Amino acid sequence: MNLESIPIQAFLIVSSVLFCIGIWGLLNSRNAVRVLMSIELMLNAVNINLMAFSSYIDNNVIQGQVFTIFVITVAAAEAAVGLAILLSLYRNRVTVDMESFNLLKW
Amino acid sequence: MTIAVTTQIICFIVLSLVVLIGALGVVLLESIVYSAFLLGGVFMSVAGLYLLLNASFVAAAQVLVYVGAVNVLIIFAIMLVNKKEDLKPINNIKSRRIISTSICLTLLSLLIRVDLTNVWRLASPENSIGEESTIRIGEHLFSDYLLPFELASVLLLMAMIGAIVLARRDVMNKDISTGLPVDQELIEKSSEPLLTNKN
Repeated sequence: MNLESIPIQAFLIVSSVLFCIGIWGLLNSRNAVRVLMSIELMLNAVNINLMAFSSYIDNNVIQGQVFTIFVITVAAAEAAVGLAILLSLYRNRVTVDMESFNLLKW
Repeated sequence: MTIAVTTQIICFIVLSLVVLIGALGVVLLESIVYSAFLLGGVFMSVAGLYLLLNASFVAAAQVLVYVGAVNVLIIFAIMLVNKKEDLKPINNIKSRRIISTSICLTLLSLLIRVDLTNVWRLASPENSIGEESTIRIGEHLFSDYLLPFELASVLLLMAMIGAIVLARRDVMNKDISTGLPVDQELIEKSSEPLLTNKN
């Protein structure tokens, strides 16, 4: 085996496994805070993808890194608003169990 | 293989093991406090992966924003809502678990198959600009990505105001029992929870 550098497949495999762990946590956790943490994991998986392609395809123009910065910005805003919504839900319902939030149930 | 490549590969394997095992711990551990601290470790190792990809600026931004802001925010939220509660059992949880796990494994096998069978005709990142990336990102942000940059600032302002409005408590400026005005202490207005009885 004669490698010149780490192949891009390795980064893509890590990011896809991380993305699937995030989806599993999103579907299966009952604590609302853990759902938000799973969303952060999925955003990080996407960021790893963007950074890998940015480094392997346009390593002089680095548009992927700019996109990653925007994703980080939006993720920070999402975390702030999501946790505020969670706090006001907790104040009204006195629980963080996802199964007891039926506000949008038909 | 030169020694530099060997070092890179060892660092990559260690960092990705920390990322994946930490992420599994985040979704699987019982205690949510352990999950939050493991999430910080996952974010730090993702920053290490960015360093392997010659992106020092984004690695620093990752540490500052994710570990310094998002993770601290999550830990604060856990402190505010952490209450021992007995969760009601869900009927047919086992079949739900099986369905969701199989969906995730199918998606994972699809992604890995695409990854491994596709022929990536990519150059290796040898002539990357490396340390100049900060300058280049600044040029991008103030020339061709100027509009998204300004929109991101407006978005952050909106998110901040929205979070404050949502998380604020209604505060009275009168003591409930004595009727005297209070200005320093924040006494929460006693209000009926809107949604507890509906269920």
